[in-house]
Amino acid sequence: MAEDTFSPGRTRGMGELIDISGKTTELAPFGRTLAELGTERPEIVGLTADMGRYSDILPFRDAHPTRFFNVGMAEQCLVMVAAGLAKTGKIAYCTTYSVFITRRAYDFVAIAGAHSKANVKIFAGMPGLMNGYGATHQATEDLNMMRGIADLTIIDPCDATELKQVVRAVADIPGAVYVRTLRGKVPVELPADYRFELGKAKLLRRGGDVGIISTGYMSARALDAAKAASAAGVEASVLHLSTIKPFDARSVRDFAQQFRRLIVAENHKTTGGLASLVVETLYDSGIVKPMIKIGLADSFFECGSQEYLEAKYGVDLPRFVRAIVEAR
Amino acid sequence: MMAMARGKGEGYIAQGLGIADCLAAIYFHELRYDSANPTWSERDRFVLSTGHYSIAMYATLAEAGYIDAAELPTYGLNGSRLPMSTFDDLPGVEVVGGSLGHGLGQAVGMAMGLRLDGSEARVICELSDGELEEGSTWEAAMASATFKCDNLVALIDCNGIQADGPITVKIEPVADKFAAFGWDTAEVNGNDMAELVDALARMRARDEKPKAIVMRTTPGFGVPTIMKRERAHFVRVDNSEWDALVAELERENG
Repeated sequence: MAEDTFSPGRTRGMGELIDISGKTTELAPFGRTLAELGTERPEIVGLTADMGRYSDILPFRDAHPTRFFNVGMAEQCLVMVAAGLAKTGKIAYCTTYSVFITRRAYDFVAIAGAHSKANVKIFAGMPGLMNGYGATHQATEDLNMMRGIADLTIIDPCDATELKQVVRAVADIPGAVYVRTLRGKVPVELPADYRFELGKAKLLRRGGDVGIISTGYMSARALDAAKAASAAGVEASVLHLSTIKPFDARSVRDFAQQFRRLIVAENHKTTGGLASLVVETLYDSGIVKPMIKIGLADSFFECGSQEYLEAKYGVDLPRFVRAIVEAR
Repeated sequence: MMAMARGKGEGYIAQGLGIADCLAAIYFHELRYDSANPTWSERDRFVLSTGHYSIAMYATLAEAGYIDAAELPTYGLNGSRLPMSTFDDLPGVEVVGGSLGHGLGQAVGMAMGLRLDGSEARVICELSDGELEEGSTWEAAMASATFKCDNLVALIDCNGIQADGPITVKIEPVADKFAAFGWDTAEVNGNDMAELVDALARMRARDEKPKAIVMRTTPGFGVPTIMKRERAHFVRVDNSEWDALVAELERENG
């Protein structure tokens, strides 16, 4: 058991993930919070499809071994078993990688999960471009796929502070939920008084020149970029939308109308995700604004380090700072 | 069932007639339930994985007291609570069953959940031979043995047909496959009530192994004209023919 027990530093299994240099971090905020929550709420069960170590759920397993199940490399089974458990009154937290739950188990998430209003809470590791193993492991269209499913709540937390709150919040959100999950040493980016609210956008920074709309950890990058741009004399606001569905259209409209130019940033393709949602929302209201989209092209991406890939595909910090300056 | 299909002019009547004995054996000899309290937590769960067998399910639920028999003629009609495929918003229906290969895995999850609660309730899951072509069924078969779901009984309706006609994929030997996956198995004539009741009674052992009953059934059982149809997956006939088929059923079965 000792060999297999969760220990610090062992969850960052492959490749370098997001840049944590100079940042305060928390280790495995998802799994540690779930372990605590599991003590408070005996109806919580944990499942994984052979991604326990790599999804940070092992602290829950160690705290509640009789309520933890590893179904093996079988994502369809993961969702079915979770839905069945939910039908007996459990709240089933499931983990695997975003690519596998979305591409392989889509029908099961839609029908056994969302349509059945089953309390299946999917914490999907390494969403977007967050894995150096290439296209097989990069869930660059997961938001696009999942937002196509009715009655599915979708959340893309920014940092450890928000992720911990989301772990607790989803227990009381009825039905199936998909959470893009940050694992390992997760940066603490948001202020201590930040409060996640389902379906509510949050203004993280005020600046009058450029309006940035962002989700997930790209909101942290937006804050870093806005700070750097400020030194160059450009002030940007940052509106963070951690809930992708239900989408806070009103806040996006009100925010967009304050600026001449917008930047939309996401760890996802610029097709089908946040940028598409923003364009749809604004167009439906007759609002047309020049917009720079920071995100991924409609392509499959190569293997490599996170730093290399982000620079190559134009989602790194220097590119973000340039975009803010250009957008003024 | 014949009257239900007649209202719509079509339906999955061959499968319905084929599985009717099985559902009767489950609901009136094995399953513990309270139709006045469909969400009773100690109820045994019946999971119908083949949602298109709804025609037989609705007839059974009416017989068991979940729904009023007067509602049955609305089968498949616009706005009906009894669509051609089952949805879990109808009292007595535990899962959305239309997308095949979804039932057994959910039954496994239910069996695990009941055991976590210390409940004596069991899960009985019907699935079809066609669903053995879905990989998800075998994922679930492995999981149920791994998690020692001895409170789970799967009844596998081997009627030999699927949407395109006779099953052509090599799914046999079904019972041996489940045995190799770690299940207790039995094989019965699924249109023989005595064999079904006996097999269900033998599958109550709590020996840490899930149970599979492989049922050989005849599509359209009881109505020779449907039994002889080569393409029995979906039956569409006009009113005059339904009269003849109903007469046949009454003649054959008294």
